[in-house]
Amino acid sequence: MTRIIELRQIAHARAGDKGNRSNVSVFTYKPEDFPLILTQVTAERVKLHFGHLLLGEIQRFVLPQLHGINLVMDEALGGGVNESLNLDSHGKSWSFLILSLSIELDGEAPPSSNYDN
Amino acid sequence: MSQKRTFRVGTGAGFSSDRLDPAIDLVKRGQLDTIIFECVGERTLAFGHRDRAADPGLGYNALLETRLRALLPLCQAHGTRLITNMGVANPDAAAQLAVRIAQELGLNGLRIAAVTGDDVRTLIHDESPLHEPSCTVAETGRSILGANAYLGTDAIIPALEEDAHVVITGRVADPSLFLAPIQHHFNWAANDWTRLGAGTLVGHLMECAAQVSGGYFADPGYKSVPNLAYVGFPIAEVCADGSAVITKLTDTGGLVSTQTVKEQMLYEVHNPTAYLTPDVTADFSTVNVSEVSADRVQVSNASGTARPDQLKVTVAFDGGYLAEAEVSYAGPGAAERATLAADIVRDRIRKVHDVHLPCRTDLVGLNAIHELEPSKDLDIRDVRLRAALRCNDRKAAEALLWEVEALLCCGPAGGGGYRGRIEPSVLTYSTFVKRDQVTPKIEILSV
Repeated sequence: MTRIIELRQIAHARAGDKGNRSNVSVFTYKPEDFPLILTQVTAERVKLHFGHLLLGEIQRFVLPQLHGINLVMDEALGGGVNESLNLDSHGKSWSFLILSLSIELDGEAPPSSNYDN
Repeated sequence: MSQKRTFRVGTGAGFSSDRLDPAIDLVKRGQLDTIIFECVGERTLAFGHRDRAADPGLGYNALLETRLRALLPLCQAHGTRLITNMGVANPDAAAQLAVRIAQELGLNGLRIAAVTGDDVRTLIHDESPLHEPSCTVAETGRSILGANAYLGTDAIIPALEEDAHVVITGRVADPSLFLAPIQHHFNWAANDWTRLGAGTLVGHLMECAAQVSGGYFADPGYKSVPNLAYVGFPIAEVCADGSAVITKLTDTGGLVSTQTVKEQMLYEVHNPTAYLTPDVTADFSTVNVSEVSADRVQVSNASGTARPDQLKVTVAFDGGYLAEAEVSYAGPGAAERATLAADIVRDRIRKVHDVHLPCRTDLVGLNAIHELEPSKDLDIRDVRLRAALRCNDRKAAEALLWEVEALLCCGPAGGGGYRGRIEPSVLTYSTFVKRDQVTPKIEILSV
């Protein structure tokens, strides 16, 4: 059976900005969960989900030894910190928007529910 | 101190308004060789130019005096060098202020260096090409506030060779502030790309201060950070090969973990194989991050290739005004009443005031940041309407504030708590200049 969880349960993230480009890095807490973000947190998926806000190209860089990915999203910030009328003109909150994506788990062994330190 | 195998560098500030108490603690207890205060962003620099235009004696960081009064005596007592870009748009004036403070405090023998040469306003002309969006200076139709090249370690190292105790710069690439004393200490060659890449990683991890030591990290229930109210600022213990341990003082809040280090490693990074600075094209893609012990994380195996041929320049323009105004609605039907108020503001700003600029309205608490559709099931009982526009004409800014305030009597029922403000706005664009067009200079002032 398939179980759906929020990405936030298996991964942590941070957003940064440069001009009108946002980047969000996403790392799984556990190495064994890394394949889940590799296959499910793709540039296409992010574009599909947030395309109304992320108007440009999305690139994804993979850092396997850190169990992380870096999403680089163009035309993402309404013009960037100088021009945007968004309260969060840096787009700092993009990390948690990405962490709201759903992740499908296959099989019977769900990941540990407690990912706190 | 006994012979040391590592070079100890700490961060005293990671942005212009960063806290002071963690920096004081670091110098007192950190046995630091050097402490860095990184306080310049593109926007702070633009506002620095605005300040300097209004008063030729200003244009440096507003907290410079507060920070130096607290730290210069401690740095002298502990033999810690202080390097900072708090000169912002006026390093000479900042260095003169530092001299006055040192004299008042009786800190004899202090050598204070001002690093200049980043101001390249004279190289920028009407036809200079700008990037993102691409246009020329003339096509912006705006007046230039200032233009600054990102200087690298080669601008700072001459001051270190002159034994300056305090180094005050304007625009220097953030990681270069850290790399300069590391490169100088270990005597790395200016084309030792591998080590310069490794040292740039250290600088990049450290440049936002607490963001690597537990700040900007806590997510209750998922990521715990002990004693975040008193988060300690970071220390890097750098080895001769460029690898380093990132740590913090004992008995401070926060934490240094592989998670905090990894998040900061990619902060504002795009392609991890090509992080461009004036010093090197750093490659973070092969970095190893491992926890040595509690609050001690080792980073190794960063590398790099040749530095970019050109220097990046930020050109700042006057951006007119940003006007923002808010009013609250609470209780049953709050969201519906706030939505009606928003429609009224957008309608009247166009029709009554003839302002046809984009006017954004948000319902704070509902959909303000990402324009997401709120769930219909939510029983919203507290929402704040926020309206915003950017304009060159101050009258348009005042019209927005007027319309939102007028909702108090003329708008939907129960609106209250009006606030409005008009702030100067700046625009920043990038361009590039040849290295040989930029000449860094140092001036040493002795106390």
